[in-house]
Amino acid sequence: MVDFLNAIVALLNYVIVPATSYGAQLALGALGVTLIYGILRFSNFAHGDTMAFGTAITILVTWLFQSWGIGFGPLPTALLALPFGIAVTALLLLGTDRVVYRFYRRQKAAPVILVIVSMGVMFIMNGLVRFVIGVQEQNFADGARFVITATQFRNLTGLDAGLAVRTSTVITVVTAVIVVAALFWFLNKTRSGKSMRAFSDNEDLALLSGINPERVVMITWLLVAALATTAGVLYGLDKSFKPFTYYQLLLPIFASAVVGGLGNPVGAILGGFVVAFSEVTFTYAWKKVLTYLLPTSLAPDSLVQLLSTDYKFAVSFAILVVVLLFKPTGLLKGKSV
Amino acid sequence: MKKLLLASAALALVAGGASAQDIKIGILFGFTGPLESITPAMDKSAEMAIKEVNDSKALLGGATVEGVKADSTCTDAAAATAAAQKLVTSEKVAAIVGGDCSGVTGAVLQSVARPNGIVMVSPSATSPALSTAADDDLFYRTAPSDAHQGDIMADVLMKRGVKKVALTYTNNDYGKGLADSFKAAFEKAGGTVTIEAAHEDGKADYSAEVAALAAAGGDVLVVAGYVDQGGKGIIQGALDAGAFKTFYLPDGMYGDSLLKAIGKPLDGSFGDVPGIDSEGHKKFLDMAKAAGFDGTSSYTGESYDAAALIMLAMQAAKSDKGADFKSKIESVANGPGEKILPGELAKGLKLIAEGKPIDYEGATGVHLLGRDAAGSYRIYTIKDGQHVTDYYQ
Repeated sequence: MVDFLNAIVALLNYVIVPATSYGAQLALGALGVTLIYGILRFSNFAHGDTMAFGTAITILVTWLFQSWGIGFGPLPTALLALPFGIAVTALLLLGTDRVVYRFYRRQKAAPVILVIVSMGVMFIMNGLVRFVIGVQEQNFADGARFVITATQFRNLTGLDAGLAVRTSTVITVVTAVIVVAALFWFLNKTRSGKSMRAFSDNEDLALLSGINPERVVMITWLLVAALATTAGVLYGLDKSFKPFTYYQLLLPIFASAVVGGLGNPVGAILGGFVVAFSEVTFTYAWKKVLTYLLPTSLAPDSLVQLLSTDYKFAVSFAILVVVLLFKPTGLLKGKSV
Repeated sequence: MKKLLLASAALALVAGGASAQDIKIGILFGFTGPLESITPAMDKSAEMAIKEVNDSKALLGGATVEGVKADSTCTDAAAATAAAQKLVTSEKVAAIVGGDCSGVTGAVLQSVARPNGIVMVSPSATSPALSTAADDDLFYRTAPSDAHQGDIMADVLMKRGVKKVALTYTNNDYGKGLADSFKAAFEKAGGTVTIEAAHEDGKADYSAEVAALAAAGGDVLVVAGYVDQGGKGIIQGALDAGAFKTFYLPDGMYGDSLLKAIGKPLDGSFGDVPGIDSEGHKKFLDMAKAAGFDGTSSYTGESYDAAALIMLAMQAAKSDKGADFKSKIESVANGPGEKILPGELAKGLKLIAEGKPIDYEGATGVHLLGRDAAGSYRIYTIKDGQHVTDYYQ
């Protein structure tokens, strides 16, 4: 029985807890990508850098608060600074839309042109973020780091395997749930949300029924700013902030959005968790868990690893390819790419 | 009018002739990409050597040198090759300080330096593969090969009685080369490597790698990665999950940013970094401080030495053509002759002009074995959030 508990705890510690928090971060990022795809109808390559920009501003405000001696108790100060980050990011996105995207929207440019345009925006934001905060890594997490550490857990339970739960993991999951609930409430219950969905489903009909497209676009960018900044800050609290890493986050985020079904918010969340869990579980070495579960004579010598960790990206992209082959609209019905 | 045009054309030619004494040296580092946080200090070091030579007005009878920066990106061989090509064809550089990462350095060597006969001196490319790559005697490095570092690592661990380690490396020429040479040396000495797992840099999440490493187990986790990259992510993850307590940190993992980011839990971990306890190095640190950058940052001394070697070799060959001075680099670096320390480049140039031999010591005690620096390592332990030197080897 103790061995069984040990196995469960080891699995929780190395697979379930980390994959859940990573999945929640990806889900929030993918939600932003999917919203833009659903309403503005293009894949926004600048999303990773939007996250980086929002996080950079939030970090600057966090430092300001810290220098004033404002804290948030055991919670990170960055959560207090988050609304300011969102506000500035919203201004940047609305500005970008005014200066860049609106021009192409009026031209009725094909989605592929907008994708290329968003790449240009990506490079500019890339530079902007580095100008604002530099290329270096920034750690801005403060407050209590752990809810429970592995050693504390061992002492508490007397088990052999330890379980560490970080504050940032809990915050990530809780915040993600709140943000997603708020988003769905907004999309389903409010007038603006309904007009956004109408615009997404059928643009011409929506225009005929008197929905103001510029207003829908503006609300979309505001939501994207909130989602991107929140995702970026949560990721930064959990790991750390570095512009280069955020740029690289784009790939798993897109994979999540596509696997779940582009344009479908529920799909984005599902996709985030599919990608995160597949990366961790397929490459997990089961030796430790099996050693706990099996009698000593059967305990494995090898690592019992399905795939080497080198292949973890291959796994999520293999899933992406399979999904696109058999269900081009994603796991949940989205738009086909 | 015609005469005026002719006259101004002639004048331009004359002016062009005069400026031929301006030598350009390319500085090809990864100003963006995984090493972007250590390259600014490396660049400043190389520029410091160039400025010193310019102030001396002693190079090739008063030539001025200009450093031309280009971005190697550290990871993208195509981008690095294009940047190097531009240095050679449009900037007409006489030599290149760089590249920084082993992969791009090898690519630039083969597709730009060799076809154009441009000398490259890298301060930080340490892959063993570069010791044997075809180079037409154009390639040198002021950093030692990782084949050497692998032996040192095995030796340090054995001395501490560590027999069982897990090993993770960054998935590139540097990481793979170092991991292989360490594994061979460690197993030869009687140790066990429980798992050898690669990690990618700049990725969002390292839970999968940490989980596999933890399952394999070991007394120490050897992290052959980069301090701002996956290496840090792995250490953070391993500590958070309670998988490992002690880490071995090779050269790529030496940096204050790691200590700042992780803090107390890192106490007791140990590692090595190229370094030397010499008068030259102390002098270099003072000069770096005066110039406003951190001389203890990775590969700064090597960058200074790389730029200095190029210019001293030009002086020795009385030419800024790669074909002429490539053969002089080794003799300038190894002597015998008067020892030249950082800050004494003017003296070195004058001695060479007078026909006297020199032995360039520089910031890192430069001594070349063929194209590789012999290298000396500082073994350190982390105590109270500081790198505390144990000994030099």
